Amino acid sequence: MAELTPEVRAKHWAKTKNLTIATLVVWFIFSFGIHWFANSLNSISFFGFPFGWYMAAQGSLIVFVIQIFYLAHAQQKIDEEFGVAEDDAQG
Amino acid sequence: MKSSSFIDNLPKVYAIYTGGFIAFILLMALMEQAGMSGDTIGVLFVAFTVVIYAAIGWLSRTMQVEAYYVAGRQVPAVFNGMATAADWMSGASFVAMAGGIYFGGYGYLAFVVGWTGGYVLVASLMAPYLRKFGCYTVPDYIGTRYGGNTARLMAVIVLVVASFTYVTAQIDATGTIASRVLQIPYTVGVWFGLLGILLCSMLGGMRAVTWTQVAQYIVLIIAYLLPVFWMSNKQGFGLIPEFAAGHAVQRLMELETLHQVGTLLPTEKFAGLSALVTPHATAGTGMAAWKFTTLVACMMAGTASLPHILMRYFTTPSVKAARDSVAWSLLFIFMLYFTAPALATFVKLQVLDPELASGIIGKAFSDVQSLDWIQKWSNVGFLKIVDSNGDGILQINEFFMRGDIVVLATPEIAGLPAVISGLVAAGGMAAAMSTADGLLLAIANALSHDLYYKMIDPKADTKRRLIVARVLLLMLGAAGAFVASLHLTNILGAVAWAFDFACSGLFFPLVLGVWWKRANREGAIAGMFFGFVAGSAYLYYVYNGGAPWLGIDALRFGMIGMPVSLVAMVVVTLLTKAPDKEIQDMVDNMRVPKGNTVLSATH
Repeated sequence: MAELTPEVRAKHWAKTKNLTIATLVVWFIFSFGIHWFANSLNSISFFGFPFGWYMAAQGSLIVFVIQIFYLAHAQQKIDEEFGVAEDDAQG
Repeated sequence: MKSSSFIDNLPKVYAIYTGGFIAFILLMALMEQAGMSGDTIGVLFVAFTVVIYAAIGWLSRTMQVEAYYVAGRQVPAVFNGMATAADWMSGASFVAMAGGIYFGGYGYLAFVVGWTGGYVLVASLMAPYLRKFGCYTVPDYIGTRYGGNTARLMAVIVLVVASFTYVTAQIDATGTIASRVLQIPYTVGVWFGLLGILLCSMLGGMRAVTWTQVAQYIVLIIAYLLPVFWMSNKQGFGLIPEFAAGHAVQRLMELETLHQVGTLLPTEKFAGLSALVTPHATAGTGMAAWKFTTLVACMMAGTASLPHILMRYFTTPSVKAARDSVAWSLLFIFMLYFTAPALATFVKLQVLDPELASGIIGKAFSDVQSLDWIQKWSNVGFLKIVDSNGDGILQINEFFMRGDIVVLATPEIAGLPAVISGLVAAGGMAAAMSTADGLLLAIANALSHDLYYKMIDPKADTKRRLIVARVLLLMLGAAGAFVASLHLTNILGAVAWAFDFACSGLFFPLVLGVWWKRANREGAIAGMFFGFVAGSAYLYYVYNGGAPWLGIDALRFGMIGMPVSLVAMVVVTLLTKAPDKEIQDMVDNMRVPKGNTVLSATH
């Protein structure tokens, strides 16, 4: 680990933190924000579903799945950029 | 079962297995045509799958520490995703969740949102960092990151309480299924279920549990999806039930007006059984919205603190694989959760819609009473109909059912072939067994590794450590079965408690251990202790009839434990001195994937 200077570590961690914060903001909106207004959203029809019901039954879930796949991809890119990815990372 | 060729052949092995399972389903369908009774088919389904799991468990037996605790750290991301999905989706998800939505409507979707969104927390805050740490158990991480036996012991205590609460619910679920399928008393069913669970985990530890969980995932997902697709197509709603559910929800709302759901109250009270009195899609504002979001918060934080889930990510070959594996886990979990609300909607429609052959509400009481499924489930005490007003017609408020049986009874309610009932029973059994295995292993590992090896007898040799682990597994299983047979709360309730215990005690010490370098031993101990005690004391208060404060009831007591834990941890940390350089370097090391794990491979 000798080649990792404190500066590189700090920059890598700053970028990692930003990615994590962005992830958690989106997560917060779809976990809490949108469901708080479910009652009003229910008056909108979405493919036949009341929209508030739809977001809790399916919509938020789809967002979470996409978010985690994106996070895994983006974090790997950050790790590679700073040369801290594992050398022989397997699938 | 440990050579690398086995790992390379995994896709082939499980493809053959899946093909074999489908062939078995077809064979059973043929037998049904040939006149075999539905009861026999049910028994064969459960027996066949349990024997397969036990065989995998036997083939994966091991006496190596790394294989026993973390499956040799060679489980590929996709397979670990499947194993985690089975580990995660318990009797509560498979058997009870759709039933909760069936009776409780929109409010219960909080479980659907909470139990999926929690994985965003696992992926972003925990899993990759804990994998880099290289620990065997969650208390192992707490004990090393914060240092000292007190922190380790506190983590062990929270883990044991949360996981044990959870495991009783799973044994309860296996007992419920076994009693119905094998037509034996519930208390005997519980012990039968336990036997199957122990066969899988006793000999091979994490390695055996991993490969049986993958097998169990395949069974449970087929068993969950098939009936829903069948119903949706049979009733002409559409090919893909999840898309077609929209119109079903609308139709249901019309029928609810017809049957006066929401205005009629249950005519009688039966312990453990409920009547359909809550409208399906009504969301509510103010307190209802608050209750929804607080339940979501507790379930999410609990997800990210439950050791049997976190320890699955210790088994991957790399940090990257751990991260990818969380994504695969959620995708596999999503397949079931995305379907559960549709399932609840369709089953409710089956019962409520007078135009469907399966509709019973508004029909003649004597006709309903003579239905096969009504009689069978009544016989085991999970269902009741009473003609309270004596008008000879079954009203919505005269039909009582245990929420936990909705999914299991679905094929019979919808008039699907008996082979589907057998399949669903096998799926429910797989879900409950896989989670119970993961939980029992988490508890036994924490006690054998952290309590016995790290604190009581650090000189114990490998053989002794692994024998202690197995003896503990047996004792815990027996204790779990005993508590389950007492039937203290329903499955969903007990599982929610487990999440609340876990997030009250462990969430902030786990997160801040990675994300706040300044966090120290004194703070972590205070966080675990005060959070856990505050949450438990509050549960005790509301469980014994205390008035919930701000609508925070027994399902949501994590809302009390978590803030207390956070405040205690931050305040005490800031009042005491910062951790030394060695610990700070450890945190730095944890934050980059490259390089050796913090703890050496065998410790």
